[in-house]
Amino acid sequence: MEEEKPIIKVVDLVRKFNEFEAVRGISFEVKHGDVFAFLGPNGAGKTTTIKMLTTLLKPTSGKILINGFDPLTQQDEVRKSFGIVFQDQSLDDELTAYENMEFHAVLYNIPAKLRKKRTEELLKFTELWERRNDLIRSFSGGMRRRLEIARGLLHHPKILFLDEPTLGLDPQTRNHIWEYIKNLNQKEKITVFFTTHYIDEAERSAKKVAIIDHGKIITRGTPDQIKEEAKAKSLEDAFIALTGKEIREEELGAGESMRYNQRLRRRRQA
Amino acid sequence: MNAIYILWLRQLKRYFRSKSRIVGSLGQPLLFLLALSFGFGPIFQKAGGGNYLEFLAPGVIAMGILFTALFSGIEIIWDKQFGFLKETLVAPVTRLRIMIGRTLGGATIALIQGIIVLIIAYFIGFRLSSINLFLAFVFMFLVAIIFTALGTTIASLLEDMQGFQLIMNFLVMPIFFFSGALFPLNDLPRSISLISGANPLTYGVDGLRGALTGVSQFSLGTDLSVLILTSAVLLVLGGYLFSKIEI
Ligand SMILES: Nc1ncnc2c1ncn2[C@@H]1O[C@H](COP(=O)(O)OP(=O)(O)OP(=O)(O)O)[C@@H](O)[C@H]1O
Ligand SMILES: [Mg+2]
Repeated sequence: MEEEKPIIKVVDLVRKFNEFEAVRGISFEVKHGDVFAFLGPNGAGKTTTIKMLTTLLKPTSGKILINGFDPLTQQDEVRKSFGIVFQDQSLDDELTAYENMEFHAVLYNIPAKLRKKRTEELLKFTELWERRNDLIRSFSGGMRRRLEIARGLLHHPKILFLDEPTLGLDPQTRNHIWEYIKNLNQKEKITVFFTTHYIDEAERSAKKVAIIDHGKIITRGTPDQIKEEAKAKSLEDAFIALTGKEIREEELGAGESMRYNQRLRRRRQA
Repeated sequence: MNAIYILWLRQLKRYFRSKSRIVGSLGQPLLFLLALSFGFGPIFQKAGGGNYLEFLAPGVIAMGILFTALFSGIEIIWDKQFGFLKETLVAPVTRLRIMIGRTLGGATIALIQGIIVLIIAYFIGFRLSSINLFLAFVFMFLVAIIFTALGTTIASLLEDMQGFQLIMNFLVMPIFFFSGALFPLNDLPRSISLISGANPLTYGVDGLRGALTGVSQFSLGTDLSVLILTSAVLLVLGGYLFSKIEI
């Protein structure tokens, strides 16, 4: 029964930054237990949408339900329902891996005993247990990513949001991370909502896909449905056919493209 | 353990792990203590002001606290830019509690810094004639809370560190100079004594001086009430602005 209800429901969601409309009235649903890919070119509005779904930004208008709760009026319930891996890194460099986990567990009010057990479990699962007492400063990009995923799972969320979880990582690490995620989805029935620019990852891992461009959803369905609709051989070809060939960074204002480049650099350095 | 405690603990861990920060932030108070007490001490004495170090030390202790507390606001901007703030803002904890945890953390560090300056002053020759250390710590802590909250308030409004540093440079020195930390406020021109009267640090310095040396301009009750009131107002204001941060 529960499988049938959407765990994420979005209706006519709009977000403006001053005059600029970054998200222009999108609607979609994600079913319980799905792996949902939210694809789109740079600046399409993916991160802005995720921020609204996760209580970080207030929508200009529209309605959101996360696990049956409204992010505007039931923040705490919504926040307990999801774990998130942000597009940009969000660990404390001056703390150890274990301390980062502990900090999170205490904020989410996990009892001490469970906290230790769960932290050990997750650090072993992400193969970071040996490094638990090292400062994050000494971690590579892949290790940071794995730790962020482990941290996002600490409080047993029903939904895991992943905003470009594999950006800047080598193919081995990317495969590894997708193994974890699929495993989680199958074993713990966690709903996964992710964005990526590696379209082949979405084709391999996602059950449902939505493509957003210029703040609007232009298509959604299973990868096969989308390929069929665009008469393309791969999801990547379909993506390019649907969103056009021109490069998005040229459309960005100087400020935004600088921010974007900084982000890439930071991630690569990490 | 609860959220406020872990936020506080995080600040302290970061502080104790950065030895350069501890040592670096002691340079200025040490310089002020040494240069001013040796430089102005004789003149102050001749003019009938008594032992200058005794007058100066509470002021420099307050200065150490002021600098550390105000600049702790930069950690919010830091966390904004390096992403960690998001981790705290999506957690099921109210913004007010996050702000309180952070402020207590920043204030504790500022207090520690003040205590270190007190110890240094002692080694230079500062003697406590009245030894109400407990009351002294209360004043030090209130000063720490006020200026940490002020730092948070300002940092909540800003995006980048340069802007924060610029505003701090405009604020810190006037707050310090017009607080009675370096010279008595008794015979100042009216305009300056108005500024001093509106400066919360004035009451912090005065209270601290009263508690440590037994000499103060206002009654300690006045000092306490002004400081408590100001910290309440700034905590509310800082809490409000912090809760408005969008990332
Ligand atoms: N705080 C902000 N102020 C002003 N404009 C913003 C802000 N945040 C995002 N935008 C704008 O909103 C649009 C959507 O940005 P968003 O970060 O959601 O894109 P995205 O799909 O995540 O892109 P990317 O793939 O590059 O991460 C962009 O044009 C961006 O410039
Ligand atoms: Mg994005």
